[in-house]
Amino acid sequence: MRAILLIVAILAIVAAPMAAPWLQFVLTMAIAKGLAALGVAVLLRAGMISIGHAMSFAASAYGVAFLARGGISDFGVLLVLSVVVTGLAGAVVGAFLIRYRAIFFAMLNLAVSMVFYALFAKLYGLTGGTDGMTIPVPTVFGVVLSEPTFKAVLFYGSVALMLLVGLAVHRYLDSPLGHALSAVHTNEVRLEYLGVPVWAVLLVAYIVSAVLAGMGGAIAGFAIGRVVPDFAFWTASGHLVLVAVLGGIGGVPGAFIGAFFLELLHTEAAAFTDAWNLIVGAALIGVIMFLPKGLYGLLTRSEVPAK
Amino acid sequence: MSASILQVRDLHVEFNGVKAADGVSLDINEGEFLAVIGPNGSGKTTLLNLCTGYVRPKSGSIHLDGRAITGLSPRVITRRGVARAFQIPQLFSDQSVLDNMMLALAAKDGLWTMLRPLALPARREEATALLDLVGLRDDKNRVSRTLPEGHRKLLDIAVALALKPRLLLLDEPTSGVSTLERFSLMEALMSALRTRNITALFVEHDMDVVARYADRVLVWNAGTVMAQGHPDEVFKDERVLKNVVGVA
Ligand SMILES: Nc1ncnc2c1ncn2[C@@H]1O[C@H](COP(=O)(O)OP(=O)(O)OP(=O)(O)O)[C@@H](O)[C@H]1O
Ligand SMILES: [Mg+2]
Repeated sequence: MRAILLIVAILAIVAAPMAAPWLQFVLTMAIAKGLAALGVAVLLRAGMISIGHAMSFAASAYGVAFLARGGISDFGVLLVLSVVVTGLAGAVVGAFLIRYRAIFFAMLNLAVSMVFYALFAKLYGLTGGTDGMTIPVPTVFGVVLSEPTFKAVLFYGSVALMLLVGLAVHRYLDSPLGHALSAVHTNEVRLEYLGVPVWAVLLVAYIVSAVLAGMGGAIAGFAIGRVVPDFAFWTASGHLVLVAVLGGIGGVPGAFIGAFFLELLHTEAAAFTDAWNLIVGAALIGVIMFLPKGLYGLLTRSEVPAK
Repeated sequence: MSASILQVRDLHVEFNGVKAADGVSLDINEGEFLAVIGPNGSGKTTLLNLCTGYVRPKSGSIHLDGRAITGLSPRVITRRGVARAFQIPQLFSDQSVLDNMMLALAAKDGLWTMLRPLALPARREEATALLDLVGLRDDKNRVSRTLPEGHRKLLDIAVALALKPRLLLLDEPTSGVSTLERFSLMEALMSALRTRNITALFVEHDMDVVARYADRVLVWNAGTVMAQGHPDEVFKDERVLKNVVGVA
């Protein structure tokens, strides 16, 4: 049943731009934000809220811009390298932040992300300040593409990446390491008494989440063709948490459901009302009050009665 | 006498002036089932906290198999083969009974299989066998938070057994377990310890359980070992009867 739903959803996403071309950009951005929100959701499993994950999102997009400026022009190379660099940055930042819990973890992520934001904005000579940096249309496997063709390649590539990464994260969360991550939330003492190094469990999760946000950031950068410091602003981080909670942190699809829902809602609502924030706020209140497992919970309900 | 696995020498620790361990020395011998009895607040749990590195002693030393473990973390001491079941069960309350068990088994194997599921068939089987042993078969799929207190206690013990320890420390294993289930739990536990060559120390308030199962008894009072020996001898001791058995 769930497999059929998934297939229908994927087909709908793939077909949508054929019916309405403007959807291609919207959906590409939804996937980008969904990947980053999935990163936030991974950490939420351990009960750790990162209100700063836009820093990895932005770092990766800037990574692409710098690498492109440095003369690398291939899409795949740019994507992989920028994500690897973001993962390494995540390892460094994570090694420091995973010692903290609860509000301290949340706020330190916020603080570090604001340092990133300030650096991107102030180092004018390097980053172009608030004007940001352009990301040129890359070649794909050595083939020079027109911009519209590249955007189509980017979209279908993102859909494929979403599936692959979604599957990998699903397996990670289902592995002992993923279960240990949820266990951090309920009983760190028992984990230690199982001989499990809690710091290592959290560091892996932090790196995974940084890599996910990095993929999202790179895709967003390519889709927009520009990266600006606002990518790292705290409201962008808040948005990712919102997406994760709205979609539901119980499973991998939640983050994407949340992202698609919000992106589509935004485009629709923004078209004929400026009450966008009101609508999103109301939707979030509704979800938190009536759907504690998020929108995804609607699809997975039943098995275990809530108690 | 057989070789000692754990040697504790002259441990001192105090909390806000309360001496929870006041010059404690003791040995746990290979293969024995050692009971620790003593009044409430005499420092029995603190002894387990000290032996597993959860609390650091102000002075004194602890050796496991002749190697010093004083000041090491619970994680490292666990890795060296010491497992613990708690007075208040320490479980992953949002996860199922089976997942609690499988995570313990996976921890023993090393967690670093990112892309293989926790619920491997062999692991599931092993977990189920251990749950059978402690009598939790029917609770397998329940979320551990929803178990009655006694069953949480049993699960905590099964989790400790899953670590295949050499030395098992049990803090009041039968408290919260109904008197009906108490002796069947002890029988299951004793057979598990024997077949797996596990040495164990258990803190216990039920003197019938102690008299029937313990090879040796340590009587704890106000942070020190007041008496020790075979249950028959210890229960004849006037001071013990007055201070511990009467009140425990
Ligand atoms: N972490 C701690 N901080 C402060 N005081 C503590 C701590 N741990 C133990 N104590 C104190 O040390 C004393 C011994 O406590 P402990 O829990 O070891 O006793 P116990 O023999 O296990 O008692 P019970 O039979 O009630 O379980 C008590 O007075 C307790 O309040
Ligand atoms: Mg105690």
